[in-house]
Amino acid sequence: MRSFKWLVPTVYIVFLMLPIYWLLNMSFKTTNEILGSFTLWPQTFTLENYQTIFSSSEWLGGYANSLQYVVLNTVLSVAVALPAAYAFSRYRFLGDKHLFFWLLTNRMAPPAVFALPFIQLYSAVGLFDTPWAVAIAHCLFNIPLAVWILEGFMSGVPKELDETAYIDGYSFPRFFTRIFIPTITAGIGVTMFFCFMFSWVELLLAKSLTSVNAKPIAAVMTKTASSSGYELGLLAAAGSLTLIPGAIVIWFVRNYIAKGFALGRV
Amino acid sequence: MSLELDNVSLNVAGEPHIYPTSLTLEKGAFNVLLGTTLAGKTTLMRLMAGLEKPTKGTIRFEGKDVTRERVRKRNVAMVYQQFINYPNFTVYDNIASPMKLMGKSAKEIDHEIQQVAELLKLTPMLHRQPSELSGGQQQRTALARALVKKASLVLLDEPLANLDYKLREELREELPKLFLDAGATVVYATTEPTEALLLGGNTATMHEGRVTQFGETATVYRQPVNSLSAGVFSDPPMNLSKAEKLGNSMTLSCGASWSLDGGYSQLPDGSYFLGVRPHHITLEPLMGRSMVVNAEVDLTEISGSESTVHVKSANETWISLNHGVHRLEKGQTVKLYVNTDQCLLFDSNHDRIQVEG
Repeated sequence: MRSFKWLVPTVYIVFLMLPIYWLLNMSFKTTNEILGSFTLWPQTFTLENYQTIFSSSEWLGGYANSLQYVVLNTVLSVAVALPAAYAFSRYRFLGDKHLFFWLLTNRMAPPAVFALPFIQLYSAVGLFDTPWAVAIAHCLFNIPLAVWILEGFMSGVPKELDETAYIDGYSFPRFFTRIFIPTITAGIGVTMFFCFMFSWVELLLAKSLTSVNAKPIAAVMTKTASSSGYELGLLAAAGSLTLIPGAIVIWFVRNYIAKGFALGRV
Repeated sequence: MSLELDNVSLNVAGEPHIYPTSLTLEKGAFNVLLGTTLAGKTTLMRLMAGLEKPTKGTIRFEGKDVTRERVRKRNVAMVYQQFINYPNFTVYDNIASPMKLMGKSAKEIDHEIQQVAELLKLTPMLHRQPSELSGGQQQRTALARALVKKASLVLLDEPLANLDYKLREELREELPKLFLDAGATVVYATTEPTEALLLGGNTATMHEGRVTQFGETATVYRQPVNSLSAGVFSDPPMNLSKAEKLGNSMTLSCGASWSLDGGYSQLPDGSYFLGVRPHHITLEPLMGRSMVVNAEVDLTEISGSESTVHVKSANETWISLNHGVHRLEKGQTVKLYVNTDQCLLFDSNHDRIQVEG
C-alpha cells in the first residue's frame, strides 16, 4: 500500500494539467490538424500561430491594453486599501464592523449588474474605451478584497509597534511609510497578486467598457471566431500567452501566499 | 518634582478604567507599579506616556502641563512586555532610530550605539534583524532604544516578564542602574511582589484601577494602609480572615482565638479583619506570641527547600509557607502557628489599624 502514496496526487495533477497541456498542444498545431484528427502531440509542429500574434499590432495591443488596466487597477486598489485597512485594523468607530462586512458583500455582486451603469457613466464623462475605465470598474470588487486581506495582515502587527514609533518621535506618515508598510510587505504582495489575478481574468466589464482603443486581449480573441472560420490554433496560442503573466506573478508571491493562508484571510 | 498626576481618571465607553488618581513621582526616582493583571498598571503608564488622554485631571511634567500634548512631543521612552522592535530594521538601525529623529549626527549616533551595545551585550548582533535574535536579545534591543533616547521619563511595562529566569535576574539588577545613571525618572510595572522588593525605590500598589498606596517600597510592604494594598504586596496571597473582638480576645471565624494585650486591647469591640502573610504561619511552634489554628491539609506544594501548605479550617482557606520539606497528606489534620506579632489588623472598611505596643 505504502508505495502507492504517489498515485492519488499524480492522478489529480494530471487531471489538472491536462487542459493546460491540451491548450499548449493546440497552439503548436495548424488549425487543419486540430479539426482534422485527434493527435496527442503536434504532428506538424508549427510556430506560425505565435508568429501571427507577435507580428500583429492588434494582438499585441490587446495584451498591452489588458496589462495596462490590470496594473493600473492593482496599484489603485492597494493604494486605496492600505489606509482603509489600517483604519479598520487600528480604530474602533461607529459601525466599523458593519462597514467591514458591507465591503465584503460588494464582492458578491455579479459584475454584469454594474456593466450598464458603468457604460452610461463612463460615456458621459469621456472615460469609455480607456484603460482607466476598466481599471476603475475593477476596483469595485478588488478594493474590498484588498482591504479584507490587508486588514488581516495589519492586525497581525501589534499595536505597540505603532505606539513605540510615536514615542520614539515618528510622525504618522513617516511611521506608515518607513516602518509599517515594510513590516507588511508580505501582505501587500499577496494582495497585489489577488488584485492582479481577478482583474486579469475578469472579461465582462473589460469587454463592455472598451470598443477599439483599449480593447483587452479577451476581446481580440473573440475576433478570430468570425473572420475566416475558426482559427483554433491561433486562439490556443493567444490563450497560452495569457497564462504567462499569472504564472510570473505566482512565482513571485509563492512564499507569501502560504503566510496569507496561515493568517486565515486569503 | 518630575511627573505629577493630578486627579487623573480615565473612562472608556462609560466604564471607569482608572479612578481619580493623584501621584507625584520625584525626578530621578525609581518607581514600581505593583498590581495583578488588569489592575490598570499598563493603562496608567499609557496615560503617563500620553498614549491615552485622561477623561479628567491634569498631568504635569517638570512643572509643565502636558495633558493634551502629543506623544511624540513628550520626552518619554517606553518598553513593553512583548518584544517590540522595528522588524524591517537591523538592531543597529533600531537603536539609532530615536537618535536619528532627534537629529543627531551619524558619528554621534555610532558612538552611542557602540557604548550601549557594549553595556547590553548586543555588540555581535548589531547587524542582524530582530527576528534573528532570541527573546532576551530582542528585549535588550528595545531597552537599548529606550536608553539612548535619554528620555527624562522611562516607562517599563513588565519588561522582564517574558524572559527566562536567568536573564531576568541579571537584567533586574542592571536595569534600575542603567536608567537612573542617565538621570531618568523610571516607572516599572510588575505583577510580582518579590520583584518590587528587589527593585527597591518607591512602590505604588494598584487594585482595579486605583492606586491603593504609594511610598517607599519597604514601607509599603511593612505598613500597608489597607487590606488591598497588603494583598497585592504578598506572594503567595495574604491570608485574610474575619475576626470578632470581645473584651481581651479576638476570635476568628474559624474558631481560633488570640488574647489581646497592649494597644490592641484598647480597641472598641466589633468586627475586624485579620491579615497574615503566609510566611508568618508555620507548622512548628513559635518562640514568641502565637495563635493556634486547627486545620485540615488541602494541598502541599514543595518547591525545593520551601513548602507551601494550603489548609482548610471551617470553610476558610489558609496558606502557610514553611522552610524545609513537609510532606503532608490531603485530609491530614495539622496545627498552624500564627505569629500574632506580625498580624495586620484591618477595620471593617479594610483600612489598617495601627496600634502601639
